[in-house]
Amino acid sequence: MQPTIEKGGWLREKFSDLLENRHFLGFLLVAPAEAILLIFLAYPFILGLWLGFTDTLVGRKGEFIGFDNYISLLKDSTFWMVTYNTFLYTIVAVIFKAIMGFALAIVLNRDFKAKGLVRAIILLPWIIPTALSAIAFWWLYDSTFSAISWTLIKTGLLNHKIDFLGDPTNARLSLIVANIWRGIPFFTIGLLAGLQTIDPTLYEAASIDGAGAWKRFRRITLPLILPLMAVITTFSTIWTFGDFQLVWVITKGGPANATHLFGTLSFQRAIPGGHFGEGAAISNFILPILVFCILISFKYLRRED
Amino acid sequence: MRESFWQKILKFYLPLALFIIFLLFPFYWMFNTSLKPMKELYNLKLNPFYIHNPTLANVKTLLFETIFFRWMFNTFFVAILSTAISLSTSLLAAYAIQRLKFKTSGPTGLVIFFGYLIPPTILFIPLATIIFDLKLWDSLWSLVLVYPTFLIPFCTWLLMGYFKSIPKEMEECAMIDGASRLRVFWRIIIPLCLPGIFSAGIFAFTLSWNEFLYALAFISTTESKTAPIGLVTELVRGDVYHWGPLMTGALFASVPVALVYSFFVEHYVAGLTGALKE
Repeated sequence: MQPTIEKGGWLREKFSDLLENRHFLGFLLVAPAEAILLIFLAYPFILGLWLGFTDTLVGRKGEFIGFDNYISLLKDSTFWMVTYNTFLYTIVAVIFKAIMGFALAIVLNRDFKAKGLVRAIILLPWIIPTALSAIAFWWLYDSTFSAISWTLIKTGLLNHKIDFLGDPTNARLSLIVANIWRGIPFFTIGLLAGLQTIDPTLYEAASIDGAGAWKRFRRITLPLILPLMAVITTFSTIWTFGDFQLVWVITKGGPANATHLFGTLSFQRAIPGGHFGEGAAISNFILPILVFCILISFKYLRRED
Repeated sequence: MRESFWQKILKFYLPLALFIIFLLFPFYWMFNTSLKPMKELYNLKLNPFYIHNPTLANVKTLLFETIFFRWMFNTFFVAILSTAISLSTSLLAAYAIQRLKFKTSGPTGLVIFFGYLIPPTILFIPLATIIFDLKLWDSLWSLVLVYPTFLIPFCTWLLMGYFKSIPKEMEECAMIDGASRLRVFWRIIIPLCLPGIFSAGIFAFTLSWNEFLYALAFISTTESKTAPIGLVTELVRGDVYHWGPLMTGALFASVPVALVYSFFVEHYVAGLTGALKE
């Protein structure tokens, strides 16, 4: 008996020595997280690239068909409209979110009563499940019973009801408004944290030197907030470009595919439609923008270090 | 530079009020619609901003004619489990990357961060085939396994920021006294980082509660749906929209997130801004 116990003791000692080695322990502690990310993030990411080159259907393994999916998409007028929509949706929504979010952050960047409460209220659109707030927008955009139409008619600003979701242009704008509504808090709270780190003596010094409010904003606030603004905008751009829920709940891509984004179109072709290969090819069009954004955020994150 | 009363109204109260009205209006609308009887919803002669005949009929329909409780339970189940998995693995990973500085810790941290930037819209189709092969199609376990893909990168990134803020000396002192690295981690690092762990947990919970795309793609049986999916797919049948119960459901399903959030709003803001600054 004696020798085996000793041997076990030796092994245990060897192991606890290993645990003191930071390289070994490091690999060991990262392993569980990496394993999950490898199986459910890295592998599907590569698999998605592959699926785009196959004719996989739901429940049936597909075969390699080269660029056929991409070629047929490029010949598909619906796909081109969706590309246009996705860019329009992203560019307009992100610009407005950035401007309005920044404006609100500037308004809030001062001492006032109930500061915490106001900040909590402002974050609500961001934390309440988007699918659920989308339901409220859906009802607000109803063609007959919309409260917005009702108000505009009663106040005499309009003499007919607005067809929010039945007309392509209106539907696109309605979705963009809903997206702006949801995204403002992220910009505001993020930028507010940045504004609060700016040294107030900078402004005092500038005022003494005779700089007006606009000049102080241009020369102090803007340059100091720009790196943070770049990071937040990058995040928001990626999320908006790959958006799904708002569009799926409010219009399901309609009327006549006019409001589909890459995300919703690929869902429609893949899940109800069963064309996994084609769906994967559509969502792969999100990749170039993603890579572009990652490169930008990489540049700015590096600079901050 | 004292502001006059009118200046303050113009530069502060007025813009703030406009923003708050814009940001809160949809919630008021949910509340308003949920208390109205069907007849009133479809009566254009009445002022829609005002509830003329408040009723709880919508609550009754929602709770007794749909399996709303089941959907809520499902959402809880998935959110709690995926948060637990993500939080425990991220904690270890963040400590290793930030404090141990092992050979490839820099690139590992970066790769995990980029994982957070990959939108689910790119991943859901390949993930669907994987879930299919694993025979987890239409099972809540598929969501428990998949949600950590966006929770782990987020939690790891957030916790790395917290670990960074703890002075290295504390660890070194304990190690000189003969404590092992794991003991230092358990006895010193974790207690000091509890606020950070807390924020990460709250975030992970709300993120998984709010998830929509994966749940919509992988789950099709009514009994297995999560609350957002159940409401959107089951309360709209063909062209019949049950607006009252739908809004009531939206309101009720928002309550858990809103509660968690209202109690820990400071942690939430710290988490959000902390994640941005890192």
